[in-house]
Amino acid sequence: MGWNLPNVTNKKSLETTSDEVSSGDHGEAGASLGLEIGLRLLRTGPAFILLALVVVMAILNEYFLTIRNLQNLCTQTAMVAALALGQLLVIVVRGVDVSVGSVLGLTVVISGLMMDAGYTNGLMHVVVFIAVGALFGAFNGFMIVKGGIPLPLIVTVATLGIGRGMALLLSGGSEHIGMTPVVEFAGNGSIYGIPVPAILVGILTILLAVFTLKTLWGRWIYAVGGNPDIANWLGVPRDRVVMSAYIICGAMAGFAGILYAGRTDAASPLAGAGMELDSVTAVIIGGASLFGGRGNIVNALIGALIIGVIRNGLNLMSVSPFWEAIAIGASILFALELDVLRRYLEEKLRARVARSLR
Amino acid sequence: MNDEVVLEVRGAVKSYGFVTALDGVDLKLHRGEILALLGDNGAGKTSLVRAISGIMQLDEGEVLLEGKRLGLHSAGDARRAGIETVFQNLAVLDNLDVASNFYIGREKTWPGWLGPLGFLNVGKEADGWTSQATELGIRVLNPKQEIGLMSGGQRQAVAVARAVSFASKVVILDEPTAALGVRESAQVLKLIKLLPTRGVSVILISHNMDHVVQLADRAVVMRQGRISGSAIPSKGSVPQLIAMIMGAN
Repeated sequence: MGWNLPNVTNKKSLETTSDEVSSGDHGEAGASLGLEIGLRLLRTGPAFILLALVVVMAILNEYFLTIRNLQNLCTQTAMVAALALGQLLVIVVRGVDVSVGSVLGLTVVISGLMMDAGYTNGLMHVVVFIAVGALFGAFNGFMIVKGGIPLPLIVTVATLGIGRGMALLLSGGSEHIGMTPVVEFAGNGSIYGIPVPAILVGILTILLAVFTLKTLWGRWIYAVGGNPDIANWLGVPRDRVVMSAYIICGAMAGFAGILYAGRTDAASPLAGAGMELDSVTAVIIGGASLFGGRGNIVNALIGALIIGVIRNGLNLMSVSPFWEAIAIGASILFALELDVLRRYLEEKLRARVARSLR
Repeated sequence: MNDEVVLEVRGAVKSYGFVTALDGVDLKLHRGEILALLGDNGAGKTSLVRAISGIMQLDEGEVLLEGKRLGLHSAGDARRAGIETVFQNLAVLDNLDVASNFYIGREKTWPGWLGPLGFLNVGKEADGWTSQATELGIRVLNPKQEIGLMSGGQRQAVAVARAVSFASKVVILDEPTAALGVRESAQVLKLIKLLPTRGVSVILISHNMDHVVQLADRAVVMRQGRISGSAIPSKGSVPQLIAMIMGAN
C-alpha cells in the first residue's frame, strides 16, 4: 500500500494553488524530512534486523552459513512461515487466529487416517489438507462475522481447543507412521539442494504479495483493517473480506500441515502445538500492527525467518533452549515498541503538515 | 434551486431499545437546495441521515428519491441511487493513499479479470483524482501519499471531493468542518457551494451558525426525534433558530 510518504519539500510542485503555504515553512520541512527518514527506516526495519542477525550469527558461529545449516534453517522455518502468511491477512483485518496450530494438527491426523484406510493418492491428500484447513478457517470467520462474537482472540482460543480435541479424538491419541510420497516430498524433498518446502513457501509468498498489493481484494483487506465500519459504509463488502482472510489463514494452516506431515513422515495428533504463537510473533516482528491495517506479506516471511535464525543460531551455539524462549519474547516486545514508535512519528509528521498549512 | 422535490422522507421512526431516535419525521429536499439540519446532540439528526444514506434501517416510514421509494439496505444502495455521504469525524481510511480513498468502493480495475481478483488500475485512479481535484479547484495532493499523514483539512477535502465528484442527486454532510481550522473549513465550504450549480442537493448538519447562514437556503430544526421548526437562515434569524434548538418557545 502507500509506502510513499508525503514529501513536504516537494509540496509546491504538487499543488495548483500555492496560497496555502506560508513562507516560514523551510525549517519545518527540514525537520519533517528527518521524521520521514526515521519512518522509512522503521517500515523497512524487519529486513535490516534479519540482515544484522544473520551477520551476528555468522560471526559467532562458523557453521551458521554452511549450506547444510541453511537448508536446515529453511526447512525448519517453512512451517511457521506458511502459518505467518495466513496470520498476516487476519491481523491486517484486525483479527488474530490462534487456532492455526490445532488446525495443522487436525489436517495431519486426517491425512494419517486416510493412509490407514488405504487411500494413498497424493493429490487427494493435498486437496484434503487445504480443504479441511479452509473449512476450519471459514468456521472461525463465520463465528466472528455472523456469530456476533467480535472478539477474534476468544473465538479462536475456543476453536484452538476444539481443533486439538478433534485431532486427539480422531487419532485415538496415537501416531500414524508413513505418509504418502507427494506429502513427504513437499515436506522433506529438495530440488538442486533447495528444500522443497522453502520453494513452496517462496511461491506462496509471491502469490499472496501480488494479491494483497495489486488486486481489488488486496485493497479491501487494507481498507477493512484501516477502519471496518467506514470501509463498509463506503462500499467495501466488509464481512466477506474478513471471512476471506480467515479462510485463507485456515488453508495456509492446512498447507503447513502438509509440510509438517512430510517432514516427520508421520501423523501426530500433537503436530503444530504452540506454532500459533510463533506465527503471531512472526507477523508482529515483521512489522504488522496488531491494531490492523498495516503489514506486509514479505515482511511476515522475514519475521518468520528472524525467529528461525534466532532459534537456529542459539541451537548451534548450544545455548539452553530456555534462553531461546526469552530471546524470542524479548524480540516481540522490541517489535511492539517499534510499532509504538512508528505511530508516534506518524502523529508528529501529521501535526507538522497541519501546522505548515495554518 | 427550484420547487422540484428530489428527496422525501415520510413518517420516519427509529428506536434503539427504549430510546426513540426518530419519532415520525417528514422532510422534503428540493433540487439544488442546501438544507441545514440543526438540533442539539441526540436530537436525531445523525439517525435521520444514516437512514437516508442506507447504513441504518428505519423501523417505520420510507425514503423517496424523485418520487420513487428507495429500498435502502446498505450504503451501496444509496450510493447507486446517487446519494453520497460524508460521515462524521473525517471519514477516510488513514492507511490508504489519496487516490485509493477517493475511489474506495468504486475502484478502477483492468478489464478481463474476475471480480475481487481484478488487478487495480492505479494509474487510471491517480489520473482520475488529479483531474477531479483540478476541476474542483482544490489542492491536487499527490495521489500516492498516505492520507493518515496529512492534516485534517487535507483529509476532509478528499472525503468531500469524493462525495461531490460522484453524487448525482444528493450529498449529505455530517459536521464536515467540526475537526477543521478556519482556513481548512473555508475550502470545504467552497466545495459545498459547488453542488447546487451541478443540480445536486445538500443536507448539511452543522453546529456552526456562521456556516449555516453562509451556505444554507433553508434550515430545519430537530428536537427529540421530531422536526420542531424551520426558518430561512440569516443573521437576523439566528436567535430564533437557536431558540428552536434549545426548545424555548
